[in-house]
Amino acid sequence: MRCRRCRAPAVIEVRRHNAGFCSTCFLRHCAEQVRRAIEEHKMVAPGERVLVAVSGGKDSLALWDLLLDLGYQADGLYLGLGIGAYSDESGAYVRTFAESRQARLVEIDLPSRFGFGVPEGAAAARRVPCSACGLSKRHLFNQAALNGGYDVVATGHNLDDEAAVLLGNVLRWSTDYLGRQEPVLPEAAGFARKVKPLIRLGEREMAAYCVLRGIDYIVEECPMAEGNRHLGYKAALNLIEEASPGSKQAFYTGFLARGLPHFRPESEEDRGELKPCTTCGAPTPSGQCAFCRLVDSVAAVGESTPVPVPTRRRRARR
Amino acid sequence: MKVLLRNPRREVDVVGPLRVGALLRHLDLNRESVLVIRGDTLVTEDALLDDTDLIEVRPVISGGAG
Repeated sequence: MRCRRCRAPAVIEVRRHNAGFCSTCFLRHCAEQVRRAIEEHKMVAPGERVLVAVSGGKDSLALWDLLLDLGYQADGLYLGLGIGAYSDESGAYVRTFAESRQARLVEIDLPSRFGFGVPEGAAAARRVPCSACGLSKRHLFNQAALNGGYDVVATGHNLDDEAAVLLGNVLRWSTDYLGRQEPVLPEAAGFARKVKPLIRLGEREMAAYCVLRGIDYIVEECPMAEGNRHLGYKAALNLIEEASPGSKQAFYTGFLARGLPHFRPESEEDRGELKPCTTCGAPTPSGQCAFCRLVDSVAAVGESTPVPVPTRRRRARR
Repeated sequence: MKVLLRNPRREVDVVGPLRVGALLRHLDLNRESVLVIRGDTLVTEDALLDDTDLIEVRPVISGGAG
């Protein structure tokens, strides 16, 4: 296989583009896709400060790398989730990357700052771990951006992530969520702008980007995520993609162009009035925000109730 | 050839030579969900793998619902 652009031997094929790329042209392709996403959706204006939510995984580290190379003022934010050795390893990858790029890294450690990790938070609040994790991330990323004077929070959600979320929302006809599945969530009182610059790149491309750039990242999957619905949706979409390359992109971009406008008004109507959280001041529809309720539920159960991190089991084909 | 697989981490022996696409079919893996790395280099689906190669099949799917 040859590179579509320069005819050198290819190192990766991107079947939805019916193309192979050599290393140099593939890295350029990734940078072009991010630049196009940012421009097309007006994600970041010149001179704005970006806070990149980094997990130690391929997507967020690749995103940070790409934004730095594209000339953005991009600092990293790492949230320690208290998931045993997985968190230790993830944090190490983030610190190594930040040091190699001489980039500024902000760290928040959930256990030492709030007295619990994701396993304990999920058990105390009787949520699935991914729900407690997502809730904590959304709250703390936003607070860190506001406190640090950043204009925008950038996350490493890629095309596969967005297509999988879309599939889940469509299967349940979650019209409120469908109306909010935007690549950009604009800033509002108490909220920083949130953007997803990787929506034009697939998960496989992001892993390849890291391999080709020599970025070490945590390859093992989060032990708390095993068996979650989101991973099942990705596996289902990949079966379709294998048979019909380009399906995921057509599904997601078609939604943005032709589906989202139908759901957006309903979603906007559903948003009630927000008031400051009685504990932390963050905007919330109820008296206390969901994150502060999570903190309180852990405190009510007792701080000395560690929950073991599950061990990995063999999984079927995906 | 030695093939390293992840999640869970394990190593299997596969008789070569064979192409990357054939290896993935042999392992019953979806080519959209993995990268194939020979030594420290990515290889495309049509690359011919030799019996003496060290191969990593790296999953690319990640993430929770958050």
